[in-house]
Amino acid sequence: MLRVCWKGAHAAARQCVCGKVKAHPLQHCRRYTTAGGSGSTAGKIVVASLLTVGGGLGGTILYAKWDPKFRSNIEKSVPYSDQLFEMALGPPPPPLVPLQKKPGKIEPLQISSLSEASKESKQPKAKAKKSDPAPAEAPPAVEEAPAPTPQTLEEASAEAAHIILAISEVPSVPAPGTSDESPPGHMAAGEESKDHHEPALKERPAEEVSARLAKQDKAEQDALSALTAGLEESLGSSAKTTLQAIGAQEAALTAIARHTNKLKEAMDSETPPDEKSTQWKALNEALSDRARAMEEAEEALLKAKGELEKLRGVISSAKQSKIDAARPQILAAEENLHSMIVDLDKVVTKVQTAQTEAKIVSQYSELVNEAKAQFQQELANITPEIQANWKGLSGKLSADDLNSLIAHAHRRIDQLNRELAEQRVREQIHIEAALDQLKLEDQKALERAVVSALEHRREDMRLEQEKKVQEVREVMEAEMRTQLRRQAAAHTDHLRDVLKVQEQELREEAQEILNSKMMEQETHYRRITQEQLDTFTLDMSAAYARLKGIEEAIDSHVIAEEEARKAHQLWLSVEALNYTLKSAGADSPTEPLEGAVRAIKENCAENEFAQALATALPEESLSRGIYSEASLRARFYDIRRLARRVALIDETRNSLYQYFLSFLQSVLLFEREQVAPPAKLAPEDLDTFRLLAYATYSIERGDLELAAKFVNQLRGESQRVAQDWLKEARLTLETKQVIGLLSAYANAVGLGTTQAP
Amino acid sequence: MSEKELGQKWDRCLADSAIKLGTGLGLGIVFSVVFFKRRTWPIAFGTGLGLGMAYSNCQNDLRSHYVLHSKVAKVCVLIIDIIYYHVLSWSDVT
Repeated sequence: MLRVCWKGAHAAARQCVCGKVKAHPLQHCRRYTTAGGSGSTAGKIVVASLLTVGGGLGGTILYAKWDPKFRSNIEKSVPYSDQLFEMALGPPPPPLVPLQKKPGKIEPLQISSLSEASKESKQPKAKAKKSDPAPAEAPPAVEEAPAPTPQTLEEASAEAAHIILAISEVPSVPAPGTSDESPPGHMAAGEESKDHHEPALKERPAEEVSARLAKQDKAEQDALSALTAGLEESLGSSAKTTLQAIGAQEAALTAIARHTNKLKEAMDSETPPDEKSTQWKALNEALSDRARAMEEAEEALLKAKGELEKLRGVISSAKQSKIDAARPQILAAEENLHSMIVDLDKVVTKVQTAQTEAKIVSQYSELVNEAKAQFQQELANITPEIQANWKGLSGKLSADDLNSLIAHAHRRIDQLNRELAEQRVREQIHIEAALDQLKLEDQKALERAVVSALEHRREDMRLEQEKKVQEVREVMEAEMRTQLRRQAAAHTDHLRDVLKVQEQELREEAQEILNSKMMEQETHYRRITQEQLDTFTLDMSAAYARLKGIEEAIDSHVIAEEEARKAHQLWLSVEALNYTLKSAGADSPTEPLEGAVRAIKENCAENEFAQALATALPEESLSRGIYSEASLRARFYDIRRLARRVALIDETRNSLYQYFLSFLQSVLLFEREQVAPPAKLAPEDLDTFRLLAYATYSIERGDLELAAKFVNQLRGESQRVAQDWLKEARLTLETKQVIGLLSAYANAVGLGTTQAP
Repeated sequence: MSEKELGQKWDRCLADSAIKLGTGLGLGIVFSVVFFKRRTWPIAFGTGLGLGMAYSNCQNDLRSHYVLHSKVAKVCVLIIDIIYYHVLSWSDVT
């Protein structure tokens, strides 16, 4: 009866601890005891309260469904409401918005910071890059560019260098060097260009002058060439015509000479008459020839004269052009002209003399013809019957005819003698007259000749003078040229000296400047090379260190990975071992742990600790396996029962009666099943029942070890009874301890070797 | 299992007592019937005999662990005597 009540109370207590079921029996009792009348009002109250509570709950739930914030608030404030809500509404909506905002906020910040950082890092680079073309442009405007730009340049380059070092872009380090080198080059180029401008300015007038001179020379040359061409042309033409004229004149001369000869021959009439006709024919021919030749000569002469006039005109125009270089040519042309004129005149005079001779001869021939005609007439008058040929008459004439002829002849001879005497007298006069005339003519001719000779002489003189002038001029020119040359030479010498001196000075100056610049450049170069070397060595050492670091990191990584692998394997094998522990049935032991332990031993052959632990496992567990704690727990209760029953039995008391007494004791002894063990055990705690109570408590709390310790304190038959259990418990505890150690070790090793992702 | 040992012992004990009781009873009955003209005393005697034998056997079986066997007991007793002697001599000296 009491036990039933006790059990009920226990059950109620247990259920109260769980907390779900209310104390219905009490309520039931209450309900049965209360009266029926007040039940309606109570019922109404209950119903009303239930309605309110239900309404409140429903409203809360609905509103929570609508407003997740409210739901979350309620969940935060009221303890088990989240479960209720989950049951009613399902899982809460994922709170996306605030989380989205946060990463959104964070990301822009980060990105901005990154961009800022990149901008900052880029700016010096950009500055440096900009500064590279900038120095190229700066030197041409060096005087104008203010001081800050070189500073910013340096700063930018320093920043760039720093950042470059930080980012370790080695090849770009020499860039400042090249950029620094380029500006001086640019500067030098600018200066040089500037310098080039000035001498170019100075030189240009000279060049102009020379150009002008060249132009003038060229013009002169052109004019000269034109002149010479004209002169030559005219000379040529005039020469041709003159030659033609001379030829014509000579032809005329020959024609005249021939004609006169023929005439003379005709006059010297010893030839027979038939030949005379041929002679006269020939004479006519010669006369016509002569006439023609004369005409031709006249024409040619006119032409030649015209050409000569033209030549003269050309020469005069050439003289007017006043080109010195043409003078000899002019002179030559003039000489040619003069010679041509002279030749022409000579030929003309020859022709004229020939003509006068021919005239004389023709006059003579006319006179002779006249005389002949007269004679013939006279003869005809005298001897009218004898008409024609003299020659053929000689054999046919009679004596009278002959006598008359002789008389006529005599008469004629007398006449002729008289005429001859008259003629002699007249001849004298005539001769005188002729002489006078001749003198006059001679004088005239002389005058003419003199005049022409004078003219010729004058011309010659003039020509000679001109020639001389020309020569002198040439000489003077040559002298002047030599003098000028001397002067020029002196000038050049002087210039050379001055230039030498200047050159020397300039050279020294330039040398000094060069030296200073060289020194500067050298120091600069040395500094830069040193810097480069330093930066390079720095970079190299940094890179080497980094490389070493990387290698070490890789090695350690490899090692770590290896360790991790091993740890993983160990952990896996330990887990396998743990798993084998789970294979314990309710009352059967686990599988033999041998396999798993062997696996562990194989997997961690290098791990001494694990090996030691693995070997520390008890043999029984390896071969037979261990019991699970649950089975041990279950078994414990049997043990407990038995131990309680044989609590009195030990070496001294071991009769059957004692057994009965002990049994009776166990039955009649009421105590708590579980008693919390004290921290220190007192001797009175070594009572079987107490110990068992402690052990039960410990077992219920899962502390098998403590329970085993208490069970170990049992003495007598209880001890004997609990012996096996204790052994099993010890085995299990040992194995569990070892496995716990192993897993802890594996976990620790795993933790140690695990790298965060 | 050690806990089963006790049970086994009790089983044996019970079985043994049952047998012995039964045998005693039977023999008693037999003897009573055969030899003692259906007197009750041999049945009681036999039963008692059987019971007693069973009780004794049971007790011995249950006690068997605690009872020292001859050689071991002698050696142990000897060792214990020596130890006591030495202890006593030491205490006498001091």
